[in-house]
Amino acid sequence: MTPLVELKDVYKIYKMGDTSVHALDGISLTIEKGEFVAIVGQSGSGKSTCMNIIGCLDVATKGTYKLNGRKIGNYSQDELAEIRNKMLGFIFQQYNLIPKLTVLENVQLPLLYAGMRESEQRRRALASLERVGLKAKAGNYPSQLSGGQQQRVSIARALAGEPSVILADEPTGALDSRTGREVMMFLQKLNREGNTIILVTHDNSIAARAKRIVRITDGRIVYDGPVEGDVTVMQMHGAGEEAPEDEKAKGAT
Amino acid sequence: MLWKCFKMAINSVISNKMRSLLTMLGIIIGITAVISLVSLMSGLTSEVTDAFEEVGIEAISVTLTDRADTIELPVEHVDELAQKYPDIIKGYSPCVTMPAYIKDGTESITSSATGVNEQYIDLYGYKIEYGRNITYIDVERMQKVCVIGTYIAKELFDGDALGKTLQITGTPYKVVGIIEERSDSEKDSDDDCIYVPYTVAAHTIHSSKISRYIVYATNQETVEAAETLIEQLCEKDIGDDDYYTVIAMKAIAESLTTILDSMGAVLIAIAAISLVVAGIGIMNIMLVSVTERTREIGIRKSLGAKQRDILSQFIMEAGMLSCIGGVIGIMFGSLLAVGAGKLLDMNVLPTPASIVVSFTVSAAIGVFFGFMPAKKAAALNPIDALRYD
Repeated sequence: MTPLVELKDVYKIYKMGDTSVHALDGISLTIEKGEFVAIVGQSGSGKSTCMNIIGCLDVATKGTYKLNGRKIGNYSQDELAEIRNKMLGFIFQQYNLIPKLTVLENVQLPLLYAGMRESEQRRRALASLERVGLKAKAGNYPSQLSGGQQQRVSIARALAGEPSVILADEPTGALDSRTGREVMMFLQKLNREGNTIILVTHDNSIAARAKRIVRITDGRIVYDGPVEGDVTVMQMHGAGEEAPEDEKAKGAT
Repeated sequence: MLWKCFKMAINSVISNKMRSLLTMLGIIIGITAVISLVSLMSGLTSEVTDAFEEVGIEAISVTLTDRADTIELPVEHVDELAQKYPDIIKGYSPCVTMPAYIKDGTESITSSATGVNEQYIDLYGYKIEYGRNITYIDVERMQKVCVIGTYIAKELFDGDALGKTLQITGTPYKVVGIIEERSDSEKDSDDDCIYVPYTVAAHTIHSSKISRYIVYATNQETVEAAETLIEQLCEKDIGDDDYYTVIAMKAIAESLTTILDSMGAVLIAIAAISLVVAGIGIMNIMLVSVTERTREIGIRKSLGAKQRDILSQFIMEAGMLSCIGGVIGIMFGSLLAVGAGKLLDMNVLPTPASIVVSFTVSAAIGVFFGFMPAKKAAALNPIDALRYD
């Protein structure tokens, strides 16, 4: 069986004047269908860049990335948009719902861009909202919902297109710990139902809820294995304050 | 998809009411100006054309400026010319104006009477409703008869004027005909008129010579030829062109229409400048909107929106702003035009063509000036856009 996500010796190098910054410095990672992986790292570690590449928001400078066996090479913005639309579901820290659209319209968005018929969009979006238990709020606007509910709407939106991979970028970052736990439990439930989930976080206690941990430091994977094997997660809980995003420069080779 | 785009655009316009209205204001003012000006100019032009058609666009007037009383254009010469070129000259009439203090019993009116020949009334397209026209015999024998308009008939005889006698400056004239009513029998209107044989009028004002003629060409195409013939006659009979003027109504009408047209063009060009300014306003506000909604664009892109999806969304929005502005402008402009028409007592209505063109132009402005901001939005990198606060 082909792995769902396959990164092979991936580099992401930003050129800044004379120096080049290695945001990713040779990462190799394989994720199978049905896994629940947490990519953990401090801010500036390269975990966001890694997520951007897995999420087809960005392309690698060097190395190969295969999503569902398909090589993501030098695609145009539009081609990447289509891949994101068909294969990926995003959950963001700030929920990223569009305030002017109703809950239902927000959930319909990926289906709209997939070119689905309006009635089909509605049907699927409502089914997806039902899964997160917010079907009754379909006609509301995001601002009328609590943070936890908004995050569930964004989960419903990610689920609507039936993607191969769900990418969650600090999904609990903006929530209080109790609501955050609820969201994590929901993600765990989705995983039990067979969804592949990749979670990106700096928070070890959140990462501990996944099945597998990939720890990234300075653009390199320093640990990849089950949660139980990760010393840091086991020792220090809830460590790491969110620092301003700045990629640490590494000397040019 | 298109409908969704349309709905999103409407939502966006409505959710920023004040801003949308201010942005539209430029278009509203521009289109209002264009519509009202175009309507007014076309109303004015048709007014002028109508006025000339009333007189007859085929009319040519010949006036002698005879200070020394030494020059003359005899009626016989004009008559000869008309006989010789029946294909070009339809008819002619001398016009001798004499002041008239009209009296009948106790009623009296001050008006003026015109001495004409038997062709005059037909040439002007007037119709005799009761009685008869002035005849050749009346002219030859200097009969004291008159044909009057309905205003005179009503004022002096309560309408029943035929066969009655009225006094014009002391001399009795018999009313032989009444011209059909043309403008509500009001004073100083077309119905306030008295026609007498020109020989009688000339005698009354002690002038043996005729100083004004009206000549009609057979149709609009022969006006120039008729004008040339008359000018040749005048040159032969009078010589010095300081002493006579030949004016064709067609030439006046044409030059007036040309002046009106170019005036209209200038006014519309000025109004069009305001449309360009309005377009820049739209571009400006769309750029602001794109910046404000960078995050939304990022979200949409991350969910699979292609460049053309974003492009069409923003172009649709700009187009919507300018189209709504255009429609409001068309309504205001039409109201203004109709109002001005009422005020000036003119028939002013916006033409369907001007409405269609205005709407198309406003839509085009939106699309044209919306393109650059929309392109900018479409080209945003989703990662940067998502990170934008």
